Amino acid sequence: MSGNTLDNPGFRLRASYHHVNREDEVNFGFWVFLMSDAIIFGLIFATYATMVGATAGGPGPKRLFDIGSVAIQTGALLLSSFAYGMASLALRYRSGRGKVIAWLLVTLLLGFVFLGFEVHDFLTMFAKGGSPDRSGFTSAFFGLVPLHGLHVTTGCIWMVVLIVQMLCYGIDDDVRLGIQRLALFWHFLDIVWIAIFSLVYLGGLA
Amino acid sequence: MTLTHFIFGRLGLHSLPFWAAVQHPTLENIINGVIATGAASLVVTGALATVGLITYFGKWRYLWTEWLTSVDHKRIGIMYIVIAFVMLARALIEAVLMRTQQAFGLGGGFLSSEHFGELFSTHGTIMIFFMAMPFLIGLINFVMPQQIGTRDVSFPVMNSVSLGLTMAGAMLVMISLVLGKFSTGGWSGYPPYTEITFSPGVGPDYWIWAVSLSGIGTMMTGINFAVTIYKRRAPGMTLMRMPLFTWTALCTSILMIFAMPPLTVATVLLALDRYLGFHFFTNGFGGNMMNYANLFWLFGHPEVYILILPAFGVYSEVIPAFSGKRIYGYTSLVLATMVIALLSFVVWLHHFFTMGQSAAVNETFGIATMMIGIPTGVKIYDWMMTMYRGRIRFAVPMVYSLGFMMLFVIGGLSGIILANPSIDYQVHNTLFLVAHFHNMLIPGLLFGMLAGYHFWFPKAFGFRLNERWGMASALCWIFGFMLAFFPLYVLGLLGFPRRTVAYYNPIYVPYMAVALFGALIILTALICLVIQLVVSVMQRDQNRVPAGDPWNASALEWSVAAPAPDYNFPVLPEVTARDAFMVAKEHGAAYRPPERFTDIEVPKNSPLGMILCVTGALATFGLVWHMWWLVALAMLATVAAVIWHGFVRDYERIIPADEVREDYMRWLKAVAAAEPVSRNEEFAHENAGLADLHETLEAAE
Repeated sequence: MSGNTLDNPGFRLRASYHHVNREDEVNFGFWVFLMSDAIIFGLIFATYATMVGATAGGPGPKRLFDIGSVAIQTGALLLSSFAYGMASLALRYRSGRGKVIAWLLVTLLLGFVFLGFEVHDFLTMFAKGGSPDRSGFTSAFFGLVPLHGLHVTTGCIWMVVLIVQMLCYGIDDDVRLGIQRLALFWHFLDIVWIAIFSLVYLGGLA
Repeated sequence: MTLTHFIFGRLGLHSLPFWAAVQHPTLENIINGVIATGAASLVVTGALATVGLITYFGKWRYLWTEWLTSVDHKRIGIMYIVIAFVMLARALIEAVLMRTQQAFGLGGGFLSSEHFGELFSTHGTIMIFFMAMPFLIGLINFVMPQQIGTRDVSFPVMNSVSLGLTMAGAMLVMISLVLGKFSTGGWSGYPPYTEITFSPGVGPDYWIWAVSLSGIGTMMTGINFAVTIYKRRAPGMTLMRMPLFTWTALCTSILMIFAMPPLTVATVLLALDRYLGFHFFTNGFGGNMMNYANLFWLFGHPEVYILILPAFGVYSEVIPAFSGKRIYGYTSLVLATMVIALLSFVVWLHHFFTMGQSAAVNETFGIATMMIGIPTGVKIYDWMMTMYRGRIRFAVPMVYSLGFMMLFVIGGLSGIILANPSIDYQVHNTLFLVAHFHNMLIPGLLFGMLAGYHFWFPKAFGFRLNERWGMASALCWIFGFMLAFFPLYVLGLLGFPRRTVAYYNPIYVPYMAVALFGALIILTALICLVIQLVVSVMQRDQNRVPAGDPWNASALEWSVAAPAPDYNFPVLPEVTARDAFMVAKEHGAAYRPPERFTDIEVPKNSPLGMILCVTGALATFGLVWHMWWLVALAMLATVAAVIWHGFVRDYERIIPADEVREDYMRWLKAVAAAEPVSRNEEFAHENAGLADLHETLEAAE
């Protein structure tokens, strides 16, 4: 359709003619939201970077971080992204509702493993005197890492809601769009976690 | 913890505005108590009167189904503008109160410094977040989808949620007049002053949550508008065929998407400091208050352009319409808009030149700041060239535009002065700065919004506003502004610090008196606006414009009936050129029935926006007063409502093709019945919204 002046001139993922393609529109909107969310993470990363040395005599990264636990979290989250990818493929090749739900449940389980280990880490940090009110450094840490955790929690709730919707309505257009958007969200959180793992944990322990 | 404390948190009798005056009846406490109580009772009686009137006329159902739960972009836009006007009235009265205090402030005045601090904090917060933002968002909401030839925004329910959150924030600011005291930390809320150590009261919490609600709502609005413009333009409307108002709406939306997150981050981190003892911006324990200054102005400077660009868009529509010409230099105006949007992200540091950077850093940001004068200058010249040899009519929107062009250049020059760090060191935090940014925002933003209000009012309600009262208001705004703010430049150069309640040097008094006089004229301007609205509503039958094009304008929104039907366009227009409607008129292609009509899908009403408005207001109210049960309940309700919304499947209704055809034919009859008017008769009762085409063709030659 290129060159046709009557074509819808907006950014397109797929050709559309005289009709707003709802799928493109919704997914594009979610991309834009992620861009905005990325700014939030970026700013909090920057804040962390300026405050990493501000321990005010309190414990620093080497005292507080447990790389073993963080490695398990990283593994769980990356595997969960893989499982979500399988769910997306099941959706795409119409392998049936059962398969999509099964892979989403695997994703969810891995998400819970991630959150469980993360909360455990936080409690350990508290016990070692690394609570957020201790110093600028601990504040920045607890501003950044739990923000990611909160996103993962939101993603988990969303996933449960989508599974229930699938049980109620089957895979209709809204569920399909929901799964597509949650996929973007979930993989986005993976990328953010890789940044946290490298900058906060590896950087802190180096 | 007692039961009362559990239920009411920090809220108690001492939170009432007259309590201090009752407990300790000193003269100062009594005066301030009377003023605060008067303001509080205005809020309470205003709210009660509104509720009473709606009940008396039995309009609750109408209000709920036709307005509050409506997801029609036009109605949401109008509701935004209603919020803007209500909040404008409050913040303007506060401004007059502050001017009065300073006019009598030699040796003390009548307001306590605490009260004065609250006044300038609420004035700034309201004017930016609850007057300017709702006004421009409302205007874009109303106009932009019609200009690009679509039926609604991309996410109509999210639009209603944005409105709900803004409304909740505005409600919170209003409640702060009745219960407790607002922040005294200014509209920018700098820590460490706003930290718990120095401001233990509820004030900064009111500020944090009101601003956060509005910030999140605005971010969603930005996403919504940008996606709408990228995805929903009518067939054939390429980017370079978009009307300039839509261009500025796009740039503003992009700024919202990128600039609102820093605000959210700044306020939430400050909240973590205040509520959970974090040390982001505290004095000790490794806190770093400069992070706040950077975060806030990373938002704050693009915010200035979020405010000004839509106004530029309005001027770019109004000036050609009332000059009887096409816009001059379309491409350069688009480029200038984009350049301003881009530069807005690289100048934030000029808000704190004095906070200890090296000279080289200050210099860099100073030069970047001065560069913004270039694209802005391009715009001014383009508008002047548009007027050159045009057939200019001094309609109210045009008078605002002319006032803007004169005054904005003066304000811009003072901005170039301030952009020089060494001069900024001298006048930093003086009234010179206050004069400068009011000089940008009142002629720049507010005149633009009011011009837009006059320009598009007939489109929204089907009748023109009264010209005479409108003119009186416009002149009062323009001259009142000059009298109120030009003396502030002098006062600033004489070393008068901003945000100062009293002074001891009589040299300031005459300037302060003139400024007060100006403020009273501005108050008169507001009163004229109110009278104008009342008079116009009473005379509405004589000023109807059913044909829909009262100003012989060029964009698509004028190509349909006034007021436009719910679905805007019976058939989506096909665009072949810039100024689509003007081209259609010139080629005799306007007012032609389409070949066939089809069923139209429009979104159904949704209560989600109003539910989130209530839960948002309750949750933040609970947060302010430490009523944790309320916070928990309201948050739970918020999550439940959002999840419930995800299960809704029946969200569209069909308007049958026959109904669309009937509407359209009725409108065509009205067009046929209307007498085409020449531009001389624009303000006469004969103007039914159909332009004399001979004249249009003449202008085209």
